[in-house]
Amino acid sequence: MSTLEIDRVRKSYGIHEVLKEVSISIGTGDFLVLLGPSGCGKSTLLNMIAGLDSITGGEIRIAGKVVNDLSPKDRDIAMVFQSYALYPTMTVRQNIEFGMKIRGITPPERDKAVRTAADLLQMSHLLDRKPSQLSGGQRQRVAMGRAIVRQPKLFLFDEPLSNLDAKLRVDMRTEIKRLHARLGTTIVYVTHDQIEAMTLATRVAVMKDGVVQQLDEPQVVYDRPANVYVAKFVGSPSMNIIPGVLEVQGTVVSAVVDIAKRGSARISGVAVSPETARKYAGKRVLVGIRPENFSIAAGDIRPTLTVDVDVVEPTGPDTLVVFHCSGAEVTARLPPKQASAGREAALCVDTSKVVIFDADTENRID
Amino acid sequence: MNTEANSARRSHLLGRLFIYGSLLALAAFYLMPLWVMIVTSLKSLDEIYAGSFVGLPKAITFEAWEKAWGQACIGTACDGLRPYFINSLLMVIPAVILSTGIGAINGYILTKWRFPGSNFFFGMLLFGCFLPFQAVILPMAQLLGSLRLSGTIPGLVLVHTVYGISFTTLFFRNYFITIPDELTRAAQIDGAGFFRIFFSVMLPAALPIIVVSCIWQFTQIWNDFLFGVSFTAGQSSPITVALNNIVNVTMGRKQYNVDMAAAMIAAIPTLVVYIVAGRYFVRGLTAGAVKG
Repeated sequence: MSTLEIDRVRKSYGIHEVLKEVSISIGTGDFLVLLGPSGCGKSTLLNMIAGLDSITGGEIRIAGKVVNDLSPKDRDIAMVFQSYALYPTMTVRQNIEFGMKIRGITPPERDKAVRTAADLLQMSHLLDRKPSQLSGGQRQRVAMGRAIVRQPKLFLFDEPLSNLDAKLRVDMRTEIKRLHARLGTTIVYVTHDQIEAMTLATRVAVMKDGVVQQLDEPQVVYDRPANVYVAKFVGSPSMNIIPGVLEVQGTVVSAVVDIAKRGSARISGVAVSPETARKYAGKRVLVGIRPENFSIAAGDIRPTLTVDVDVVEPTGPDTLVVFHCSGAEVTARLPPKQASAGREAALCVDTSKVVIFDADTENRID
Repeated sequence: MNTEANSARRSHLLGRLFIYGSLLALAAFYLMPLWVMIVTSLKSLDEIYAGSFVGLPKAITFEAWEKAWGQACIGTACDGLRPYFINSLLMVIPAVILSTGIGAINGYILTKWRFPGSNFFFGMLLFGCFLPFQAVILPMAQLLGSLRLSGTIPGLVLVHTVYGISFTTLFFRNYFITIPDELTRAAQIDGAGFFRIFFSVMLPAALPIIVVSCIWQFTQIWNDFLFGVSFTAGQSSPITVALNNIVNVTMGRKQYNVDMAAAMIAAIPTLVVYIVAGRYFVRGLTAGAVKG
């Protein structure tokens, strides 16, 4: 059992408040990703879980035990750092053994643990090298090996992939995922890369200015973002946020948006509750549409909106089409060669995926 | 065509000749005193007084070296430099180890265990680098007196250790600041404490700067004259003071060969340290971040 409960945790440096009552709770085997831009407090939170930073208020419990006043070594955790933090004068083997030596584990047991970890990470041939003789990916592997031999209740990863080049990052990402599947240990992972969050996490906590904006499964965070900030942070290209008006006719709720020089377009069948529809009828809202929820109107299907295409950006598998709508720049992800710049395009919208936000609070309304 | 190429080559050759010529001349100029010292120390006194100063000795003799080492008179005792050489060793070895060790711990704390006001503390410590020796002599004499260390070698060890801490702290602080803080954090998570991190992680990574600190301190302390002459007397003097006394005490003819040999003996340890560890000195001074 290695659950993690972060209970109304606060952190301030003098009068400067870095974390404001953060509460997160995950179960055994969960992979929690703390996602946010730099300065949002995610690394501070990780350091507080690790015991490298003090806790100003609230409680952190690992496997049900309050660890606020425990030193890092007594928390039964292991951590992988962004710069790998390998001891430069020790060989790979010594690096992995260092913690076990301090804990007084006998040489035969140490040797066995090192061999198991080396096999698992396919680095048996590197054991006698110094960190300076390793590539970035190999160093990352050693850092993970050092964490694994600890057999901790909790793994902590602090932006472990951001020093790697793009291709290696994808490979190592898969490797971390495989490792999690094999070991089943609870993991807390800090990153500013939303792709890493989407691919790795079982739970994502999106953070901004020391506040958790949304804590949920990655797919939920993606499909039903709690507010405009989350909507824009997760997904690339990010969700289009278009100012509009909510219109109710009987049971059909529509979002009405402006198309430059073409008048208004009506996106009908938006999924909101009857109460919300009543409350917001005729009011200004923000309409959130993911780029991939646009499609080309083909055959007899009546297009939802007809637009003038501004820019076309082919990416290979599909093409990003940029146009303007209610003064906002909107990107649609369409199949290749379906639209060209300067021409008009007739588009449909998957209304079941449209998300509506309050125009003032920018929170999602259901 | 051909002549043009030839003249270009000739002028290039002339340029090279000029460069190497002037370099050689300057090198010879700077090496002259050393040359005079060596050849004079290998001559007999009669030969020197016969007028040969710069030329090679007619017959090489190590008499002057033996005399300087074991028989030359300093004050009333005629035991040569040997006891003072030992004095200097007894002073320099503990002083170098202590000042380097304390500097290393200071640098480690000032970079990895910062406390409120640690930068201010470091700034104040740096003042020590700019304090002139003369300014501390009187208070230091009083302090040594009240510690009952006046005129002793342990007293000199204390003086040099205290005076050296400013420099060694500067060295180690500037070196350790290039070592990522994540390294100490990783070690903390591995369960290492303050001293374990210092000895197992930081010190092994600091080898170049340890060498720099040792060379610097060794040279400063071995060559120091002012503290030696101010705080010791007679039998407990370091070699620099003894050398001064040898040269100044003259009975009969001035013994140039013995003076030169004595000066060589006093200079050899620092030369040896430079020759053995000099390449680490340059490497350590230019060492950047430890990438690991």
